[in-house]
Amino acid sequence: MTIRVQDPGLETTVQDTGRLGYYSIGFPPSGALDSFAYHVGNALVGNEPGAAALEAVYLGPTLEFTQDTVIAVTGADIPAFVDGEEIPTWESVAVSSGSVLSFGQLRSGARPYVAVAGGIDVPLYYGSRSTYTLVGIGGFEGRALRAGDELAIGSDARDPKAGRRLDAGDVPVHPSTAEVHLLVGLHSYRLTDDSLARFTDTEWKVTPDANRVGYRFRGAELEFVPREQPFGAGSDPANVTDCGYPVGSVQVPGGVEPIVLLQDAVTGGGYATLGTVVSVDRDRLAQTKTGDKTRFVRVDLDGALEVRRDRLGALDRIRSALT
Amino acid sequence: MTATETETRYDHGGDEFVYVELSAAMSLPVHFTSLGITRRLAEEAIPGVEEICPSNASYMVRVDPDRLHPRDLVRELQRIEDEVGGHAEDLTVATRIVDVPIMLNDPWTHEVLMKFRDRHQDPNGTDLDYGARINGYDTTEAFIDALAASPYLVTMMGFVPGLPWCFQLVPRERQVEVPKYVRPRTETPERAFGFGGAFAVIYPVKGAGGYQLFGSAPAPIFDGEQRLPDFAENDSVVFFRHGDVINYRRVDQEEYDDVRAQVDAGTWRYSYKELEFSPSRFLADPDGTNAAMKEVLYG
Repeated sequence: MTIRVQDPGLETTVQDTGRLGYYSIGFPPSGALDSFAYHVGNALVGNEPGAAALEAVYLGPTLEFTQDTVIAVTGADIPAFVDGEEIPTWESVAVSSGSVLSFGQLRSGARPYVAVAGGIDVPLYYGSRSTYTLVGIGGFEGRALRAGDELAIGSDARDPKAGRRLDAGDVPVHPSTAEVHLLVGLHSYRLTDDSLARFTDTEWKVTPDANRVGYRFRGAELEFVPREQPFGAGSDPANVTDCGYPVGSVQVPGGVEPIVLLQDAVTGGGYATLGTVVSVDRDRLAQTKTGDKTRFVRVDLDGALEVRRDRLGALDRIRSALT
Repeated sequence: MTATETETRYDHGGDEFVYVELSAAMSLPVHFTSLGITRRLAEEAIPGVEEICPSNASYMVRVDPDRLHPRDLVRELQRIEDEVGGHAEDLTVATRIVDVPIMLNDPWTHEVLMKFRDRHQDPNGTDLDYGARINGYDTTEAFIDALAASPYLVTMMGFVPGLPWCFQLVPRERQVEVPKYVRPRTETPERAFGFGGAFAVIYPVKGAGGYQLFGSAPAPIFDGEQRLPDFAENDSVVFFRHGDVINYRRVDQEEYDDVRAQVDAGTWRYSYKELEFSPSRFLADPDGTNAAMKEVLYG
């Protein structure tokens, strides 16, 4: 009763809501980068909210099902096929034993998700089924899937049913310039006022160095305010006394290549951070790819909480409508 | 000092984190204040406080903003700082002193650091030579001696699972300080002993890193499968804990290889003793306290 991986795609991993509670000893949360797509996928196939799903990037996997089940493809805009017939995405679809799911070429976005009724059954590791490849733990043997892997299907299905569909108006669009909200702060005082303004004025380009750990951008040079460095920080102007990094925080080592830390990022370090991307907007970053543009829109705390409320409220409404 | 170095800064790391910087500069009294506040916060178990991450001269709290408004959390943290702030040094910490073998100027980190000279402050030397020079040591050997002369306190955990940030328990004028690489390396060997700012670390796994590379530890500090008894018995994949005292003991290649063989055989155990650490006693007599702690460890 499994899913047989015929072709793993570029890097397909098992992810759930993440490994929370161990940040203080250095475990990043991991978990699905596009939380909305992940949660909607589970709701469509009738799973409990935390069931594990598959996250792919750029290239979808080719998967053979050895039992009848119900699946849903969400996330990036990419054609999906069962036995060569195109299937609707953002909709639950029945597949029969022996069927093969495959993908065409990505149209927009970056990460497709595959939810399966019952969830992907891999062992819990520190409370989560999410893969954290950097140290090789969680998920399927701590790594991205390979051809020949056999994934067990779990029993987290509450009400599997084909034909559940997300309203067209709720399907996210992935513009080639993503807008993400940024709460400026942390060590933003280390940058000159000009540089901070330049940061939010610039259309940043996603570099090839963009993955689950973090996204690096190019587009402008930022300057630090000269100072006598405090003891413990080290002498480079980008250095601060090592501290915790919020998930989604933005650092600029060397001033030329801002990095937004994502779900598999380091939990702390000694580079100055200039602010933090609002948590729900990491979904948008997750659907940008190398060469895409990103713009950081400045919000204050109330603005950040409002963005959060709107987005999570919409997800709640969608989930209730689907169950 | 500027205002930012002396006043506590409360700030929001997006919607889910509150970041509190007690001081821009590292010092033991500041660290103990951070420790006192985060311990009290944990005791109070305020609903909506999801995770507490104590760090060197700051701390961070992950909050569920749907249960506790981040601004209300800041008010609670300010109250706790007022209550705890002045006398954090009076707490005592139940901790361990751990013997950690380390080979300084080892061949493995040397090979890697030579590949990344273009990202370093001093492309023509080694990380140890550079550290010795900017810290005013006449010879690299004297610098190496200083690195291993006194124990360190684990003042922060993280980066990746199990990495300890270690602050040497010596008066400020004897503390080593080095910058991080100008641009981080894309490669660091597993178990590398590095130094950045005023902190020594051991890298649990191979990966990127920006710290100066000074040596290599033969024993693992992360064991994802809990194969070794130190990890299996404590049901943890990481060995160190926040507040541990580490005595880095220099070993030669022969002892390094011997420890590696014990690790491979699955029999390696760290040597450590439990003790009470008193910040106020330490601050009054650093060298005496260190000597007493080493006595507990080595007998």
